[in-house]
Amino acid sequence: MQLTYLFPLLAISDEALRFIGAAAAMALGGFAPSLAIGMLVSRAMEALGRNPEAQAAIQTNMILGIAFAEAIAIYALVVAVMIGFVF
Amino acid sequence: MRRFKGLAIGLALLILVLAGFLFLRSPKPIIELKAETVISIGPFNVTNTYITSWFVIIFIALFAYAATRRMSLVPRGIQNLFEAIIEAIYNLIVRTAGEKHGRRFFPVVATIFLYVAISNWFGLLPFFATVGKVEEISAHESAFHEKGVVIQQKAGLNVIMPAADDVELPKTVTLPDGKVEEVNADSSAEVKQLAIDEAKKEAGLSEDAKIGILIPFLRSVNTDINGPLALAVWSAIFVEFWGISTYGFFRYGSKFFNFGRLLRGKIVDGVVDAFVGILELVAEAARLISFTFRLFGNILAGEILFLVVIFLLPLVGLQVVYFMELFVGAIQAFIFGMLTLVFGIMAVSAPHGEAEGH
Repeated sequence: MQLTYLFPLLAISDEALRFIGAAAAMALGGFAPSLAIGMLVSRAMEALGRNPEAQAAIQTNMILGIAFAEAIAIYALVVAVMIGFVF
Repeated sequence: MRRFKGLAIGLALLILVLAGFLFLRSPKPIIELKAETVISIGPFNVTNTYITSWFVIIFIALFAYAATRRMSLVPRGIQNLFEAIIEAIYNLIVRTAGEKHGRRFFPVVATIFLYVAISNWFGLLPFFATVGKVEEISAHESAFHEKGVVIQQKAGLNVIMPAADDVELPKTVTLPDGKVEEVNADSSAEVKQLAIDEAKKEAGLSEDAKIGILIPFLRSVNTDINGPLALAVWSAIFVEFWGISTYGFFRYGSKFFNFGRLLRGKIVDGVVDAFVGILELVAEAARLISFTFRLFGNILAGEILFLVVIFLLPLVGLQVVYFMELFVGAIQAFIFGMLTLVFGIMAVSAPHGEAEGH
């Protein structure tokens, strides 16, 4: 078991570092897209409340915007899956 | 009696959860990112996602054939269903792109829409990723994997029983002459055999027990990165084609290679224009990557979620994941089609030559 010594008595094995890396990739990478999607949907709801007739246009564009924001979280997920299962 | 309805439902759920957890757990999920080869025809590896994609194509073709033979002016039956679907997609496209461009973009965008939606939903059929050939891990080159499950022989077939034990092969083995060798797919046959024997001993299995993994015959098309990559390349080719066929090669190309002002002598403006053009080119390439990974990541995440939930909460948690996967499959199809459409609109309507800020 390969150990990396961070401090003289604090050691972490390679396997553990790998798992921590995979988990941190997903955790940190999911933070900003969720904020972005929340802001996007809240503004869309506001616009919908102000102008219910434009529902189709607002909804379509909101879903498009959500797709762009979610793609970043998906990149983080793919990196996490690759670290966990490929390397 | 009505007061106890909630309680009865809760109790029933609890019993289902316990029953599933005790008797029906699947072995620990072995998640494979690459699509597994089912058979090899000469130099060509037929993967399970390839087989599935052919089934999807045949299904769509048969559906279209059934809907268009003996067509009547007042549609009935399958023709009615098909017309409703096509009309919904057509209205969506024409609403976004306008009448003239909408008709031109309709075939490609509707195909992407239908193909991605049907192939995502196919992945939810019960015999996907569960029925396949059970291959024993052996020291042969093509049959070596690092993790496995205990398999049994029943009635001439290799079977993986529910709640079978999973076995992981050791990472390094010590050869009889003292050397320590790593175990991976390129190790020599005796190293692999030693690893297999050691794993069996550690798990307490007898010598003739077998470890193996499941190679499913069918797997959802977009879990293999080649599927989304092919679709993204295809849609990028069409977006460029629409731009070029509207504006001509050089006028469309001047969006990316904007050296007009530079050559005319205005240095600062010219450099800015050229730089913006290069950025546009990079944005096109980045779109390819983002299309691919968006679809691939969503569908792969769904598949991994399924496997993990089958392992943790067999009877109850699965329904929630199933519903979410239906939804996500449809949404991803919608998004892929709409993004192709939107980029097509941008390609045909952006004024060429001027620096257009996005």
